[in-house]
Amino acid sequence: MATTLKPVNAVVVGFGWAGAILAKELTEAGLQVVALERGPYQDTYPDGAYPNTLDELTYNSRGKLFQDLSRSTVTVRHGIDDTALPYRQLSAFLPGNGVGGAGLHWSGVHFRIMPEELRLRSHYEERYGKGFIPEGMTIQDYGVSYEELEPHFDFAEKVFGTSGTAYKVKGQVVGDGNPFAPDRSDGFPLPALKDVHSAHLFRKAAEEVGMHPYAMPAANASGPWTNPYGVQMGPCNFCGFCSGYACYMYSKASPNLNILPALKQSELFELRVNSNVLRVNLDSDGKRATGVTYVDAQGREIVQPADLVIVSAFQFHNVHLMLLSGIGKPYDPRTGEGVVGKNFAYQNMATIKAFFDRDVHTNPFIGTGGGGVAVDDFNSDNFDHGPLGFVGGSPFWVNQAGSKPIRGLSLPPGSPTWGSGWKQAARDAYTHTLSMDAHGSNMSYRDNYLDLDPTYKDAYGQPLLRMTFDWKENEYKMTRYVTEQMRKIAGAMNPKAIAVHVKNFGDRFDTRAYQTTHLLGGAIMGSDPKTSAVNRYLQSWDVHNVFVIGASAFPQGTGYNPTGLVAALAYWSAKAIREQYLKNPGPLVQA
Amino acid sequence: MPDDKAFNGRRDFLRKTLAVIPAITVAGYGVATTAFGQAAPAAQNPYQPRFFSAAEWAFVNAAVARLIPSDANGPGAVEAGVPEFIDRQLETAYGHGNLWYMQAPFAADAAPQFGHQSKLVPRDIYRIGIAALDRWCKGQHGKTFAELEPAAQDDLLHQLEGGRIDLQDLPSVLLFSQLWQNTREGFFADPIHGGNRGLAGWKLVGFPGARADFMDWVDRNEKYPFPPVSISGERG
Repeated sequence: MATTLKPVNAVVVGFGWAGAILAKELTEAGLQVVALERGPYQDTYPDGAYPNTLDELTYNSRGKLFQDLSRSTVTVRHGIDDTALPYRQLSAFLPGNGVGGAGLHWSGVHFRIMPEELRLRSHYEERYGKGFIPEGMTIQDYGVSYEELEPHFDFAEKVFGTSGTAYKVKGQVVGDGNPFAPDRSDGFPLPALKDVHSAHLFRKAAEEVGMHPYAMPAANASGPWTNPYGVQMGPCNFCGFCSGYACYMYSKASPNLNILPALKQSELFELRVNSNVLRVNLDSDGKRATGVTYVDAQGREIVQPADLVIVSAFQFHNVHLMLLSGIGKPYDPRTGEGVVGKNFAYQNMATIKAFFDRDVHTNPFIGTGGGGVAVDDFNSDNFDHGPLGFVGGSPFWVNQAGSKPIRGLSLPPGSPTWGSGWKQAARDAYTHTLSMDAHGSNMSYRDNYLDLDPTYKDAYGQPLLRMTFDWKENEYKMTRYVTEQMRKIAGAMNPKAIAVHVKNFGDRFDTRAYQTTHLLGGAIMGSDPKTSAVNRYLQSWDVHNVFVIGASAFPQGTGYNPTGLVAALAYWSAKAIREQYLKNPGPLVQA
Repeated sequence: MPDDKAFNGRRDFLRKTLAVIPAITVAGYGVATTAFGQAAPAAQNPYQPRFFSAAEWAFVNAAVARLIPSDANGPGAVEAGVPEFIDRQLETAYGHGNLWYMQAPFAADAAPQFGHQSKLVPRDIYRIGIAALDRWCKGQHGKTFAELEPAAQDDLLHQLEGGRIDLQDLPSVLLFSQLWQNTREGFFADPIHGGNRGLAGWKLVGFPGARADFMDWVDRNEKYPFPPVSISGERG
């Protein structure tokens, strides 16, 4: 028998970046907010404290801060007629667990988005014609513009203490930032981080081949910073333990460091950990949420009534929760009808490793999660796609985030795989190697989608979420073209050897090697309830007091990392709730 | 060396602490009579495996000595304590497969892109895999793996790696990849986990370990001059 608690104004499901931002904004608006986090309490201290955090085996190999797959995972299949199999071991993507979510163990790469990507279908149809977008590619417009989001990108950068170099502020060129980047209302809070030597080599080589290198925007503080909530950050010392770790230097932005200390000051806020939400409860006609049901640390079922439900877990948990709760019509790839689970997308990666002689010291252990040097010449629609016949693009970069020897040791092609020869190669290669990525976009397709698995269950007996996903012709063409462009940069560095890791035509989606944790879509935003699950304010079209915040809202992939856009959309949605919804609860957009 | 003494003391403490946990697995290996209470140097008080049997321990020591041999480039996996590392890992949640989603049904013959789909967890892979390989070796050569000459061991490891031996009970690549992954982990992980003794792995490649402050070295094209340091303060 479930225990029913006293109602609150708002319940927030999942306490990562999106949940922390919404909880902060809603308590500021005077709402009593309960945040439910299924994982444990964790924070910079003691979970990220020096020296115990500097332990590659515990954090990266065994995944101390990552999702506990023994309790819940997803299943994966390539096509709609296949049987899906569970993602049993962490490999291709690494969702978070506990307070801060993936925002505690992320790297810190903090981009905005190119304005045309927010209206991708319209933009491509206008520039290249309606016939350019291939059959089955279901890319859409977001229904929100860059101009509308710009104040929220700006505020989020100030909350995160982001380091970078602006190109254009209020229409004026102000610095040697990314010349393709859109206009900004203000510069970055902090100057760009220094280039590590590998990034310096990339910058020089990119200039030599006529591209336009810039310092990557990084939520890793290049100096002391006090954010708008009064929280202080210290300068990054390039320790190299960012991705997979909590930052012992208080330099990498996290919900735990940048928002939670301010939230804790509010008596309106309560954080309940080890609280796994099973479903959002709806009233009898299914048009309004009455709260959520969760399982607490003791295994008791608890009902938390609330006027407003914010679904702000990791991308695929948001979709899972909507499907389990019956919010919105599930997507059917055969008919193309329904919206929940539609347009699931990922990231389309390629990597080049460059191996140098002993006179070039790349020292890959020196790093910072979000820092580095990138070029955008072949990202987004910054180049003419007309003759190329594909949609999308990729930034290229050296983002030396700290390579440690268990997982980060790369050897030149043809090296022995073990034995004395391997040992010699490891000795020669480790401090003389750099890695560059083409961090490519992945478009959405009619048959790449999410639904509930018919066979496998989680620890609570609920069906797992099922991913149906594979690479398409467009994605092979894109990644192979941009990788050839990146190879020019690698060549200009004059390394003694390079290794190119790029998909061949026909390569199937492979769950075994880490790619990125940038899973997107499934509860996408848009202007039409027939083709999107949430409206332009991230409000459910079907249940008006449910807002679904996160990368689940992206209608397709982007070359950039998603966190910057997630944060901006969270502030954008929060503004609509504060200024419109609370005054007059109901649909903010008429269907 | 004061640092070394402190380090041995810590290891001794860890060994004493951990030794009381899996009592069932140590029975029969003579560990119960080992003088854990004595603060003897590590060399005179060799590590007693808790998971591996004597035959399995012989295999692991022989195999990792071929995967990362001791040579002109310094100590190998055995000297770096990799067998101890693996034995200790197999007593953790990882060894028991408790970090993985392990609900049935299993599809061991699934396409490789779907990753681990076997019912076997690391403990099983070692236990079943070593027995199967030694049985195969005895059938082919009349000797266990550990009794073979190094060149024959190398040849067998290549065959395992390439999946060219039919071990019946499990795919040979599964045994090889589990062993090689754990060997690299044991060679390069912080010594608190039992391997990387003397920071041998880090010294080989030039990884500075837990130094974790490179403020003054960010943009220099120079060899980093300081030796590695471990979490417990040992210097390489």
